[in-house]
Amino acid sequence: MILLLQYTLLFASVLLLVALGGCFSEHSGVINIGLEGIMVFGALGGALVMRVLSPTTNAFVVILSCVCASMLTGMVYSLLLAVAAINFKADQTLVGTAMNLLGTAAATVIVKAINTATNPDNPSATIAYVDIRKAFLIWPGKEFSWLTLLTVVLLVVSIVLLYKTKFGLRLMACGEHPQAAASVGINVFKMRYAGVLISGLLGGLGGLVYITAGVSEWKFENGVAGFGFLALAVMIFGGWKPQRIALAALLFGFFRALSNVYTGFPFLTRLNLPSTVYNMLPYIISLVVLVIFSKNSAAPKAEGIPYDKGSR
Amino acid sequence: MENQYAIEMLHITKRFPGIIANDDITLQLRKGEIHALLGENGAGKSTLMSVLFGLYQAEEGVIKKDGREVKINDPNDANALGIGMVHQHFKLVECFTVLDNIILGVEPTDKFGMLKKAEARQRVVELSNRYNLQVDPDAKIQDITVGMQQRTEILKMLYRENEILIFDEPTAVLTPQEIDELMQIMKNLAAEGKSILFISHKLAEIMAVADRCSVLRKGKYIGTVNTKDVTMEELSAMMVGRNVNFHVEKPEKTPGKVILDIKNMSVKSHSHSGDAVKNVSFQVHEGEIVCIAGIDGNGQTEFVYGLSGLEPLSTGTITLEGKDLTRTSIRQRSLLGMSHIPEDRHKHGLVLDYTLEDNIVLQRYFEPQFANMGFLRRNNIRQYAEKLIEQYDIRSGQGPITIARSMSGGNQQKVIIAREIDKAPSLLIAVQPTRGLDVGAIEYIHKQIVEQRNRGKAVLLVSLEMDEVLDVSDRILVMYEGEIVGELNPKTTTPEEMGLYMAGAKRQ
Repeated sequence: MILLLQYTLLFASVLLLVALGGCFSEHSGVINIGLEGIMVFGALGGALVMRVLSPTTNAFVVILSCVCASMLTGMVYSLLLAVAAINFKADQTLVGTAMNLLGTAAATVIVKAINTATNPDNPSATIAYVDIRKAFLIWPGKEFSWLTLLTVVLLVVSIVLLYKTKFGLRLMACGEHPQAAASVGINVFKMRYAGVLISGLLGGLGGLVYITAGVSEWKFENGVAGFGFLALAVMIFGGWKPQRIALAALLFGFFRALSNVYTGFPFLTRLNLPSTVYNMLPYIISLVVLVIFSKNSAAPKAEGIPYDKGSR
Repeated sequence: MENQYAIEMLHITKRFPGIIANDDITLQLRKGEIHALLGENGAGKSTLMSVLFGLYQAEEGVIKKDGREVKINDPNDANALGIGMVHQHFKLVECFTVLDNIILGVEPTDKFGMLKKAEARQRVVELSNRYNLQVDPDAKIQDITVGMQQRTEILKMLYRENEILIFDEPTAVLTPQEIDELMQIMKNLAAEGKSILFISHKLAEIMAVADRCSVLRKGKYIGTVNTKDVTMEELSAMMVGRNVNFHVEKPEKTPGKVILDIKNMSVKSHSHSGDAVKNVSFQVHEGEIVCIAGIDGNGQTEFVYGLSGLEPLSTGTITLEGKDLTRTSIRQRSLLGMSHIPEDRHKHGLVLDYTLEDNIVLQRYFEPQFANMGFLRRNNIRQYAEKLIEQYDIRSGQGPITIARSMSGGNQQKVIIAREIDKAPSLLIAVQPTRGLDVGAIEYIHKQIVEQRNRGKAVLLVSLEMDEVLDVSDRILVMYEGEIVGELNPKTTTPEEMGLYMAGAKRQ
């Protein structure tokens, strides 16, 4: 039971962070399909830092440096979307898709190159962080992560930022009616950059949380197994609102966790379902949820439409 | 001596590729006056205001505020100079509250960057009381009426303490009562010392509210007059460049045989479970203009949908020249001689991103003269489009290959009219054909409609404009809550009598 709670919280944290990232981007008016790629890069940044740090490093320093590294790499990677979608008015869905393809591929190449350079007999795309990962745990032996706490803090910060500050008001205006925002002197380009970069920051951190959730090494050729897309489903299910996104993330996180730990529940094992059923669950549920909820969607009105000063 | 002008735009010239939108235009706004800017669609009013508001930069000319030359490079500069604007299409975020929209861009915050909404709310309430602008600051824009949205826009300017207020065609979207209220608000604002620029092509409103009026025509400055020294006819001649005949010339004509015969027609409503059109029966004869009058939303739209085939009928039959059309497709109806000038020219009239020529053959591209074995005969289409452009005086930037979206409303409507009339229909259905158009275009369209009647076609006009109904039609049917409640003769009836039927107070 406690195991299920641990994993639910971990996976919910991942989904919440990434979905919040998507939420910022979309509220600024840019659809971010590329969250998957951003997660991979954030994970890569965090994993590389863990790889170079010595296992005896102070836990706080480990957390701080890994978090910063993943946020930074995620943000830098999201610049691709920002430049293409905002400056060059590219099709946002295409750019996002390209980012996802590039993310996993580039991370694999980079990790392989690093591994081969250190040891020519190791051409794998795997980074291991068995000992150093323990720095993230609040209690040794239990999978409660400091990163989950950080996620809760970031959720609160997001809510305040979106609904209580002028930044949030302006950001959402740009996603709803950029011409209206521009007419009162708001720089739509800047606000959209801010939205996309924040999504890179949160998405990158989400990638780090994902690869440290109960595992001690990561095979980068696997990417993040569609979690970026799950996060998009969470965001839509959550109606682009942080509080509801948090609840949605818990729900999806629960089903994802179930596939890890269902063997611990006798009544589930007695059903004798293949483990793949549990693995599929979150994805199937996301499909169902999207079919039901994407109709009466509360999506920002101007999302996906490049802002053009000339149009009225 | 203090400068008497709040803002001056001197010798402004603004060019766009292929067109001079503003050619040496001068506009001087006195402090505390209501100054109208009059011109037809496409005369350059909006461009001039965009220059003043910093959305465009003029190639030539200077702008002076209180006698000092200023540069306006973006809306922030305009705002800093105290210039505010109510745009024709409101710049409001639909899912925000009234208050959020008002403070957007000039949000009061505390030292942590948090919004101070309570303080802002109090100021908005004060302003709305002072200027008698009733709004609910906590209502969302999507839930309030258009009139209230406009008051929100006005409060936006007042909240920013703007001294120069620009109203870009503010009455186009309002009901008559809301228009009266707006006129009063504008007068109040001017009395409080605000200087107001009122952009419009509606002469009656200008005469009612403005002190002075500057006229533009085809990008050129025609002149500025005191409204109390001129008549409406003189103003309209300045705007159009010739005398406009407000009265429609119409020879006597006896209706011929029945063209359209509608029996017991009902159409389902979208907004409630019952019928929007209830058991309507009437006939339209050759050489006759029958007008369906009524207040907006009394089933006229659904009636036309049913008649044109956009919606199925729940009961009843439609017969056109003896052929039963009740269950036929839209194309079939078109081929059998029904033409339709739709209410919403953007939604049902044109494919906005198609070229003018493609829009012209939209219903006929498959005819042998335009297609051969499924391939379009581009040369023939081009020639046909050029012929119609010439014949119907459709003005556009690039002729047949102009994208419909880039054309002015009046010319878009001319494209539809050319297409629908040139099919040589036996029945022409025209739904609010002059909506949002200027006097020159209205006169033109009325002439075309009467011309069809004179040639012996049957015309069914659906209109909300009382003047149009009385001027153009041969027979008036008043629709109220989906029923025909009265048949009137335009020669003998009065607007007052018609109003009683339209309001449901009287029925035959």
